[in-house]
Amino acid sequence: MTVPVLSAQNIGKSYGSGANRFDALKGVSVDIRAGESVAIVGKSGSGKSTLMHLLALLDDPDSGALLVEGTDAKKLKGKEVNRLRNQDFGFVFQQFFLTANASVLENVVLPLKIAGVSPKARRARGMKALEQLELADKAKNKAMNLSGGQKQRAVIARALVNNPKVIFADEPTGNLDTATGAVVEDILFSLNKDKGITLIIVTHDIDLAARCDRQIFIRDGIEDVTRSPEAISKPEGARA
Amino acid sequence: MKFVDIITSAIANSFRSKLRTGLTVIAIFIGAFTLTITSGIGTGVTSYINSQVSAIGAADVLTVSKTDDAAATESDGPAAYDPEKATTISLGNGSRPGSTIQALTDADLDTIKATSGILGVDPAVQVTPDFIEYDGSGKFELTVNAPATLTTADLAAGAQLDNESATDQLLLPTTYLDALGFSTPESAIGQTVSIGITDFAGTPQQVPATIVGVQNETILGAGAGLNQPLTDRLHDVELAGTPAGAPQSYASATARFDLDASDEEIVAIKADLADQGYASQTVADQIGSFETVINVIIGVLNAFAVIALIAAGFGIINTLLMSVQERTREIGLMKAMGMNGGRVYALFSTEAVFIGFLGSALGALVAVGVGSVISNILATTVFENLPGLQVVQFAPSSIAIIIGVVMLIAFLAGTLPARAAARQNPIDALRYE
Ligand SMILES: Nc1ncnc2c1ncn2[C@@H]1O[C@H](COP(=O)(O)OP(=O)(O)OP(=O)(O)O)[C@@H](O)[C@H]1O
Ligand SMILES: [Mg+2]
Repeated sequence: MTVPVLSAQNIGKSYGSGANRFDALKGVSVDIRAGESVAIVGKSGSGKSTLMHLLALLDDPDSGALLVEGTDAKKLKGKEVNRLRNQDFGFVFQQFFLTANASVLENVVLPLKIAGVSPKARRARGMKALEQLELADKAKNKAMNLSGGQKQRAVIARALVNNPKVIFADEPTGNLDTATGAVVEDILFSLNKDKGITLIIVTHDIDLAARCDRQIFIRDGIEDVTRSPEAISKPEGARA
Repeated sequence: MKFVDIITSAIANSFRSKLRTGLTVIAIFIGAFTLTITSGIGTGVTSYINSQVSAIGAADVLTVSKTDDAAATESDGPAAYDPEKATTISLGNGSRPGSTIQALTDADLDTIKATSGILGVDPAVQVTPDFIEYDGSGKFELTVNAPATLTTADLAAGAQLDNESATDQLLLPTTYLDALGFSTPESAIGQTVSIGITDFAGTPQQVPATIVGVQNETILGAGAGLNQPLTDRLHDVELAGTPAGAPQSYASATARFDLDASDEEIVAIKADLADQGYASQTVADQIGSFETVINVIIGVLNAFAVIALIAAGFGIINTLLMSVQERTREIGLMKAMGMNGGRVYALFSTEAVFIGFLGSALGALVAVGVGSVISNILATTVFENLPGLQVVQFAPSSIAIIIGVVMLIAFLAGTLPARAAARQNPIDALRYE
């Protein structure tokens, strides 16, 4: 068996201290293999986002260990962590986080700008990503003038513009209507299938979770093993 | 993130909140404007003084006078009368009317001459001629510029006065040219004019003199310069008929020392003279004290400008703290996308430096414009009689220093907010509402 891209080993995370101390994650172990799609499912406040942030190296676990391709994340240098975040990971945040006054293209090429790519190459790659998401005609519009679904697609374009190995998506369809949500889902799964990009999707939506190769159920900061993967049957071609 | 991208992003960011940036820029503008104007006045006045007198020809001359009566300076009351001291000064020796000063007698002159390092001493005599006339074309009042022999004149034509010459030489101010009937400064050179003067007995007399040079007007007293032989001749005429035996006394004397004397040697000569009860100043000392006064005034103005800039610095801190707060999520996003803290720091401090540059460059530019206009207006009105005086002058180097210093202040002011931004944890920043 190959080394997992990401491997969480009994990781825990607490917020606050003393009487206010709250254990958001109480020891979760997951292995993410290259090319698979994984859903993190659970009730609100169960610790899904916390787990995703730890996997994406955006935060440090208080206990347990996180291995990136077999290396302990704690041993990685700041520079290496930044390289991973910039080159290997793509993020789709629940609240978009688009810079309202900047153009759609500028928003999309932000990871390339951080990487130090030349303006000409940035433009070309940004336009390619926008074309993939059928947003090329909106490239010069201000980000704030996009519709909700267009914003969501712009955010996905930003996540894939640097050709990442893993895309982390927190509630990618959370605030979209069903039809638009379905379009966004299709885009994500086609990236997974066509380009072999590993998908880690945090969601409430049981149907979206069912389309993933694997589901991880979180409940009060621990993995809920009573909900076996077999309990969810994939709806045949429901949203093809 | 590339350096160029940091700069362009920082500039774009500072224009995102135009009102806030604008107000901060105005605060810096005021400080930079004041600083540029005051330094311009400093440059203008200093360069004028220098053009007038810095070419001090007589670097080997000390002006010597008697030290003020110790008793008079130490207590508030007047000093007790001492008949041994020469306190009254006879006509034509350079005293101010109505003032009682300690006069130098011939004995004093001998003492000064005997001081080591002094090569020679001449009493300062002031002559008051009645008129000057050229070629019978009319008589005009003549003012004499006493320090002319000590300084090198700013010449329009001709040569400097020569005190060693046997001829009676005159340096004519440009203002006399028209009246005396000379069309150009050059045409006056070598001509002989006659100077009218009244002797002690009240009889008018005339003395011929040769014009050796024509001089632009100066701040050191407008008037004609006379060389030593001419001064002596006129002085002799004035004193002709003085009762015999009346003691001579002078307000001051000029003592000559070796031109190659080092600064230490000059200090030693001055100390030696001071021990014997004489105050002495080189021409450089006299100009130096004038410049000190101007420098103090400019220093005070600069202090106000710096206070304005410090206030502006807090404006920068405030502006940037607000923009760090406003952009918390953006910072979080950039960090989540692999931007390192150092670059975030650079981004915000570049923004601070840019705001500083904007304010100071605009301030300096407007100051140069306004200063030049005012200076030109003043030169043709208030300072019309001082040709060559541009009160406000701008040295590119000092403007560059001002802009540099303001940008440094801005950078320092920006460090606090920039550090706050750089230290943010991406997740906390993204969760920020
Ligand atoms: N910075 C923090 N300080 C204190 N508590 C926190 C902090 N971040 C998260 N928590 C708490 O940790 C728990 C897990 O949060 P998390 O965001 O992971 O939930 P979630 O499963 O993603 O929920 P949702 O589906 O609503 O997004 C919550 O109870 C939350 O209140
Ligand atoms: Mg969440």
